[in-house]
Amino acid sequence: MNADLIFDLLKASFGQKVLQIDLNDQPQSIEITAQENRELFTFLRDDDRLYFDMLSSITGIDNGPEVNTMEVIYNLYSIPFDLHLMVKIKFDRETPLVPTVSDIWKTANWHEREIFDLLGVRFEGHPDLRRILLPSDWEGHPLKKDDILQERYHGIKVDY
Amino acid sequence: MAIQYTYHPDHLKNSEPIYTSVSSLKRGEMVFNIGPQHPSTHGVLRLEVVTDGEIVKEVIPHIGYLHRCFEKHAESMPFNQTIPYVDRMDYMSAMNSEHAYAMGVERMLGITDQIPKRVEYIRVLVAELNRIASHFVAIGTYGLDIGAFTPFLWLMRDREHILRLLEWTCGARMLYNYIWIGGLYYDLPLQFEERCAEFSAYLKPKLEHLETLLITNKIFIERTAKVGLLPLDLAVNYGVTGPMLRGSGLKYDLRRVDGYSVYPELDFDIPIGTGAMGTVGDCWDRTYVRMQECRESLKIIDQCLTMLSSELKRDKDFNPRVLVPKKIRPKAGDYYVRAENPKGELGFFFRTDGRSDIPVRCKARGCSFVNLSVLPEISKGVMISDLIAIVGSLDLVLGEVDR
Repeated sequence: MNADLIFDLLKASFGQKVLQIDLNDQPQSIEITAQENRELFTFLRDDDRLYFDMLSSITGIDNGPEVNTMEVIYNLYSIPFDLHLMVKIKFDRETPLVPTVSDIWKTANWHEREIFDLLGVRFEGHPDLRRILLPSDWEGHPLKKDDILQERYHGIKVDY
Repeated sequence: MAIQYTYHPDHLKNSEPIYTSVSSLKRGEMVFNIGPQHPSTHGVLRLEVVTDGEIVKEVIPHIGYLHRCFEKHAESMPFNQTIPYVDRMDYMSAMNSEHAYAMGVERMLGITDQIPKRVEYIRVLVAELNRIASHFVAIGTYGLDIGAFTPFLWLMRDREHILRLLEWTCGARMLYNYIWIGGLYYDLPLQFEERCAEFSAYLKPKLEHLETLLITNKIFIERTAKVGLLPLDLAVNYGVTGPMLRGSGLKYDLRRVDGYSVYPELDFDIPIGTGAMGTVGDCWDRTYVRMQECRESLKIIDQCLTMLSSELKRDKDFNPRVLVPKKIRPKAGDYYVRAENPKGELGFFFRTDGRSDIPVRCKARGCSFVNLSVLPEISKGVMISDLIAIVGSLDLVLGEVDR
């Protein structure tokens, strides 16, 4: 099954929530809406034609203040059917709020914490959204394009 | 200019506070830290442990002590200059990481099929040598954690031979920058094939020694069998890969599943955990899978050496850098590439804009990072000494956890 068929399948079940398909990406990607998409992820995991049981990675991207959007990208893999799928969610930069998938795939727990840490995206319903890589009293989210570094951290000059 | 730190008693508390609130502890419970400076955490990992006597109630890992901003660096410099940073992620198996990274960029450029066969075989050869070295550290230090000192020394002695072989190819012992995008830094040094074949013959009986000395040792079995059980469904749900997933009984190796590089041409088995000493997915299974993988890697090395000294023989005109691109400009798009590292699936996510040779975003999916996230789940209700055994069996490299 390729991304076309998965796209049709999702379109049939979820209609407006599935936005578009991009065949240039490797693996091919499907963009979905940011709101109320947890059912869709559960469908991707549980449907017996797809069975995306492994969430390889979640990536957060800041597209910068000019475009004013952010993205969260899920890389799914289905071990029994050897399927790859990239799922993208685009949302406004001012309201970085995405539903969590950490109860669907437990691996998302730490990945989402990392994205929150580095990009400031908040995951709705996440059980434990703390910083993970940076210290808790760090200011700002360093992978945001307009992040301003604090001048000193515990007396140590930050920007060299 | 020296780094100036101003002391304040609250700094420690504010920068990495204790997660458990002390007032919510029940009678007899205690919170304490293992690490970040503790030999059994295999690096700068801090484990906050809630205990009731000897029983571990909860483990909360605190990471980030070795965060070196890989992703920020990667999006500020060209693709080829990132390779040394990739080395420093999983410093125990830098060749494998380089291989994954170079493969990813090559796939974006669409030159995967054009890479000369000799280059591919050399890449697989050095990567498998490095895989053995990495597993040796994993098994050796694991033995050390639970009280077996001699195997560690034996394994370090044999790993030294591998490091010297790899040093001979590129000049560095651990952080190689040998595999370049589109090729290699240099061809193998003269007579490398012969020396490597000698080493392979030398190592085979040593693995038998290791098995009798450590793996089937009664004390080792008592300490590791039926400890830290990781059921398969939990492992997949947590995204655990590599020897840990195979230890839980799934024949899942990206070298076979994806069949990248020249792995489809090579003959090797994928060992899985069978629960021979206890239950499937215990610490012993994971360690035994690693040990058997060393044997399989030796098989691959032998086949590579045969190829490199017969069909793909050394040639005066062979230039390993012939395909190295002057300017790397992949098509715009998103890419996710993965490869089998000694510790699991190493993935790279790239976004490129099609105009520059600097990625817009480069994320590394570290296998140790994901494998560590399962620790709180599998160490509930174990003894403290078993917690040490479980942490050791994860085979963490904190450089890759924190990136």
